[in-house]
Amino acid sequence: MGNGTSIGRVRGLGSAHTGAHHWLLQRFTAVGNLITLIFLIVSLLTLPNMSYATVSGWMSQPIPAVMMALLVLTTFWHARIGLQVLIEDYVHDSGSRFGVMLALNLAWIGGTVFGLFCIARLALVPVATGGAA
Amino acid sequence: MGGIATHHTGQNMANRPLSPHLQIWKWGPHMLVSILHRVSGDGMAIVGLGVLLWWLGALASGPEAYETFHWAMTTPIGYLVLIGLTWAFFSHLCSGLRHFVLDTGAGYELDANKMWSIVSVTGGVVLTLAFWAAIFLL
Repeated sequence: MGNGTSIGRVRGLGSAHTGAHHWLLQRFTAVGNLITLIFLIVSLLTLPNMSYATVSGWMSQPIPAVMMALLVLTTFWHARIGLQVLIEDYVHDSGSRFGVMLALNLAWIGGTVFGLFCIARLALVPVATGGAA
Repeated sequence: MGGIATHHTGQNMANRPLSPHLQIWKWGPHMLVSILHRVSGDGMAIVGLGVLLWWLGALASGPEAYETFHWAMTTPIGYLVLIGLTWAFFSHLCSGLRHFVLDTGAGYELDANKMWSIVSVTGGVVLTLAFWAAIFLL
């Protein structure tokens, strides 16, 4: 903050100059969501049934596994930015906001890693056969 | 924001007129599509990603866990959640595509804005109906 002159009192209170980064990422990940979710929806509609063998067999193939991993990354990233905007709009107390933002970031990383791990396990370990194959 | 505003404005700003909030304006389709974009997006972020992780976790855990997930999602409440999530997805998709158009600077004329707002909301419902019709009828 400045020394009490007119310009000094307002300097630094304007744009943080980092908004465009989030704005662009929200649009990049939106396109990622569009591609990967359409892939998932078309896949689910064209699978013969929803049995464990069918669905896990589908997801253990390279292209579905990679598309689902990308889906987890892009949707969680998009959701993190979207929920941050929600928090910034409605949580005004700075202490509460810090806590909620902390929880959001932990949930974002935790959810992403859990999703990626599950897909990797399905794709790399034949769960149904107890790892024998 | 709160901290800075309080510090900067002091007490003689307390009685300044506030900018009009939701109840002041006459409701229009552009307001509906805007709030639905937020509701559907944050709804999917909280509920949808939870269901996605449950699905992936159940698949990775084996047939028994998947059977539990499959049972839960085919109860009436499960169907309600899934139909709600597909509506949220298709609505958010349509209003998101509308945002891409608005990002280019197009579509702000009153008539065009109103029309594409209505198309976005309607498109979300139509695509949801088409999706579930494909599941149950095909």
